[in-house]
Amino acid sequence: MNIRLNLIAAKTIIRKEIVRVLRIWVQTIVPPAITMTLYFIIFGNLIGRRIGSMEGFDYMQYIAPGLIMMSVITNSYGNVVSSFFGAKFGRHVEEMLVSPMSYATIIIGHVAGGVLRGLLVGLLVTIIALFFTRLDVAHPLVTISIVLMSSIVFSLAGFINAVFARKFDDISIVPTFVLTPLTYLGGVFYSISMLPEFWQNVSKANPILYMVNAFRYGILGTSDISIGHAYAILVVFVVILFSACMFLMQRGIGIRE
Amino acid sequence: MTALSIRNLTKTYKNGNQALKGIDLSVEAGDFYALLGPNGAGKTTAIGIISSLVNKSGGEVEVFGHSIDTDLEAAKACIGIVPQEVNLNLWESVGNIVTNQAGYYGLGSKLAKQRAEKYLRTLRLWDRRGDIARSLSGGMKRRLMIARALVHEPRLLILDEPTAGVDIEIRRSMWEFLQAINESGTTIILTTHYLEEAESLCRHIAIIDEGTIIEDARMSAILRKLQREVFVLSLTQELAAAPALDGFDARLRGDGELEVEKGPDRDLNDLFAQLNAQDIHVSSMRNKANRLEELFMRLVDRKDNGAAA
Repeated sequence: MNIRLNLIAAKTIIRKEIVRVLRIWVQTIVPPAITMTLYFIIFGNLIGRRIGSMEGFDYMQYIAPGLIMMSVITNSYGNVVSSFFGAKFGRHVEEMLVSPMSYATIIIGHVAGGVLRGLLVGLLVTIIALFFTRLDVAHPLVTISIVLMSSIVFSLAGFINAVFARKFDDISIVPTFVLTPLTYLGGVFYSISMLPEFWQNVSKANPILYMVNAFRYGILGTSDISIGHAYAILVVFVVILFSACMFLMQRGIGIRE
Repeated sequence: MTALSIRNLTKTYKNGNQALKGIDLSVEAGDFYALLGPNGAGKTTAIGIISSLVNKSGGEVEVFGHSIDTDLEAAKACIGIVPQEVNLNLWESVGNIVTNQAGYYGLGSKLAKQRAEKYLRTLRLWDRRGDIARSLSGGMKRRLMIARALVHEPRLLILDEPTAGVDIEIRRSMWEFLQAINESGTTIILTTHYLEEAESLCRHIAIIDEGTIIEDARMSAILRKLQREVFVLSLTQELAAAPALDGFDARLRGDGELEVEKGPDRDLNDLFAQLNAQDIHVSSMRNKANRLEELFMRLVDRKDNGAAA
């Protein structure tokens, strides 16, 4: 593999993705900012006041890390699935497929684009959160590593969705029927210690629970789950999903006749 | 040196359609090569496999000695491809499309910009570099795809119907451009429905039909195979009946023009000598059918008849 060629190619994809995100900022940046502002006003401010404290924090503070993580997850996923499927649909994915860059570079370039959008929106939501509550970062390294790894996991998942998608409906099915329910049930708005034991165990099968709680641990220092488990799950998901992406690209599934 | 070597290439699609039935091709470096065939013959499938957009079912492909099975990245680096259908990101600017493609081939930012300017200027798109591709006309989009394919200066340029839907003026200018690229050392493989285009540009020709190569030879050798040619003569006076011409078949057309068919053993000087002798004067003359087109139809028809028999 020509490393210099692949570095330049990856940089090109990342630059193209950044240009795309900024060009359509009304679709990529503004909606999550508005949605999260509404979450903070309705759940945090209006309803949260009646709920009182949770795990020793006021409700607004408690949900803020979950809402930041939710926006990172949905935007990382959404960026890669829409960008790569758009390239497939418009057939300009062929520009990359005919070039000598490796399949790993195509995947890494798009994942990096998803991560950058996820982090950009996450930063914006964090700034919005600071208008409503105070956030002190208890464990900065945990916060950064968890948000980065979660963003990579969902960017890879978005890539796989895009590879299999044949029409635009196919890129909204997973976010609507899988991602959103798992996120809502992943402890964004509540601690699973509030649930009966059975449902606590069921919740522990939801990988998003580990990401949300590990991120909350990074910011607030409190978590429903073991941080070690969260890292292990994230590493396993990154490896499995990246391998799946490579397998799909090498076999040409969804992208070659 | 061989630019492209294809041996026993087969492709069967999932629906059972056998698009390629074991074709062999060899394109020498520096050649201008035409790959012709009716719709659905297998041309685009073959090009798709060479450029790794289509998975082959069997056989071997080498580009400048690099096998697409064992040395795909090196093989891809040698190829520039202009596909039949527009596959541009229509929301991307013209300049970015070309510089991004340069980046995919590992060209640094400065060189990518220099090459983009060079080819956008050559293909008369430099003034539109800031516009999105969607705003370009059909001909401009085709030229942009050529600029994109050339930005890494490939050794082998493959054009799949590059002038389809392009007006005559632009087509002619594209021919001149492609000839210049070929003279500078780039091997070119061209598929086209305009057989006049192939006859004007290409030195070697292969005809593919129903997934098999039915002709593969130098253009001059192929044209020598033609047995008869038909010429249409515009006359300075109207004739009541077709003149008797020894060794030629002559007939009057409805518009008063004279149609003359000549065999390989007769020459045109003889025809004009006989017309002069009968005081028939010719103001202009044209070949009735493109010679290559005639051969193409004959080969494809013969194959069909053979299959029917």
